Amino acid sequence: MIKIDNIDKWYGDFHVLKSCSLEVERGEVIVICGPSGSGKSTLIKCVNALEPVDSGRIVVEETDVTDKGTKLPLVRARIGMVFQHFELFPHKTVIENLMMGQIKVLRRSQDEARQKAESLLKRVGLSDQADKYPSALSGGQQQRVAIARALAMDPIAMCFDEPTSALDPEMISEVLDVMVELAKEGMTMMVVTHEMGFARKVARRVVFMDQGEVKEIAPTETFFKNPESERAKEFLSKILAH
Amino acid sequence: MGDFDFLVIIESLPFLFDGLLISFQLTFLALLAGLAWGTILAVMRIWGPAPLRWFSAIYVNVFRSIPLILVIFWFYFLVPLLIGRPVGNFTSALIAFSLFEAAYYAEIMRAGLNSVSRGQVYAGLAIGLSPRQNLQYVILPQAFRNMIPVLLTQAIILFQDTSLVYVVALSDFMTSASTVAKVEGRLAEMYLFAALVYFLICFSGSMLVKHLQKKKVA
Ligand SMILES: Nc1ncnc2c1ncn2[C@@H]1O[C@H](COP(=O)(O)OP(=O)(O)OP(=O)(O)O)[C@@H](O)[C@H]1O
Ligand SMILES: [Mg+2]
Repeated sequence: MIKIDNIDKWYGDFHVLKSCSLEVERGEVIVICGPSGSGKSTLIKCVNALEPVDSGRIVVEETDVTDKGTKLPLVRARIGMVFQHFELFPHKTVIENLMMGQIKVLRRSQDEARQKAESLLKRVGLSDQADKYPSALSGGQQQRVAIARALAMDPIAMCFDEPTSALDPEMISEVLDVMVELAKEGMTMMVVTHEMGFARKVARRVVFMDQGEVKEIAPTETFFKNPESERAKEFLSKILAH
Repeated sequence: MGDFDFLVIIESLPFLFDGLLISFQLTFLALLAGLAWGTILAVMRIWGPAPLRWFSAIYVNVFRSIPLILVIFWFYFLVPLLIGRPVGNFTSALIAFSLFEAAYYAEIMRAGLNSVSRGQVYAGLAIGLSPRQNLQYVILPQAFRNMIPVLLTQAIILFQDTSLVYVVALSDFMTSASTVAKVEGRLAEMYLFAALVYFLICFSGSMLVKHLQKKKVA
């Protein structure tokens, strides 16, 4: 469903992604991990063309995202994106955050968009926060709103870039719970995270990135028990130490 | 203080008030037009193709390097020549102020646009907004909101600057006060009164700016 085929990307003369390839099947949850600066965020931004690639192809359900002729807004609308720092629109209320894309991109009516937004807020347990501004919410609540905002576009897949790493520890589980539930419903998900409990619970495979390369792709348990590369072993010993 | 004749102020209040209205109108309209044009210039400067970027940069630097009073004067003669008929001193002054202020608002809005984080830009694009929609619904409202105190400060300066229209004999507040002063021979009273009025208006404006800044920090 998501096919990343041999992509390369440079920031100036810094080679940030080196011949990366990866396929994600429909309904699969894949966790991407790796040391800081290894290119995880960049890779995930390439999937919905928030960052252009220099060579290679990314195809999302028949649509070539890297093709110059592709209408990017509609492709992006169908790939939900959740960021480390939530990135809710601060000048809009929670419910307006959920309605904007539906109205401006999908051309839904106000009523339809509101209904959809309300049902999603209910789903992430935030019905009573609908008319507040994002700044009045806790980090965990903001991230749940951000997930709901992405879901409001009826995405065919969801990408998460370290969705819990900016959160206070006591708020991590409320966000992970929503993500686990999504995974169980069969959503296709690419998740950059170091939450290994989450990976073990829902990810079928783990991708390990290092210095711009996809170093390892392995079934979750295999990766944890028997990582192939030295770099992965080192990395695992560091994060599992916490 | 015995020589002061405050009656002359009271008697000329209706006349002065008309002048004040002109000053306000000029400020308000030039603010709107200057802000709109300035925002376009800022957008061109940041995202435009090279020729538009240069145009915007040159425009801003040229207008910021010539005295406003000259601009007002020029447009008074220039606009009628360009369009082939007289336009009146209010219109020519309004055009001059709008174009001049746009150079300052362009710089303010450029700072405002740059103050919106990259993450916000990504977030708007990620829900499928086109670059233009993203600018309109996500970036500009935040840029504008971040810059409100600075924009207001510039508006206060603009209000003070409108007094320069005396060079084209437009009866704004300053020109009206000056007319009364000369006709009645009451220079001290009228110029003191004019200063007081400008002070009160601009000082209230500054207090408002302070208040808004405090709210933003909190
Ligand atoms: N816009 C940019 N311009 C130049 N270099 C960049 C840019 N964005 C990222 N980089 C660099 O590319 C490298 C990979 O960045 P990326 O954000 O993808 O890493 P990451 O694996 O997500 O790391 P982290 O765990 O810290 O989030 C880093 O060295 C970063 O400094
Ligand atoms: Mg990252």
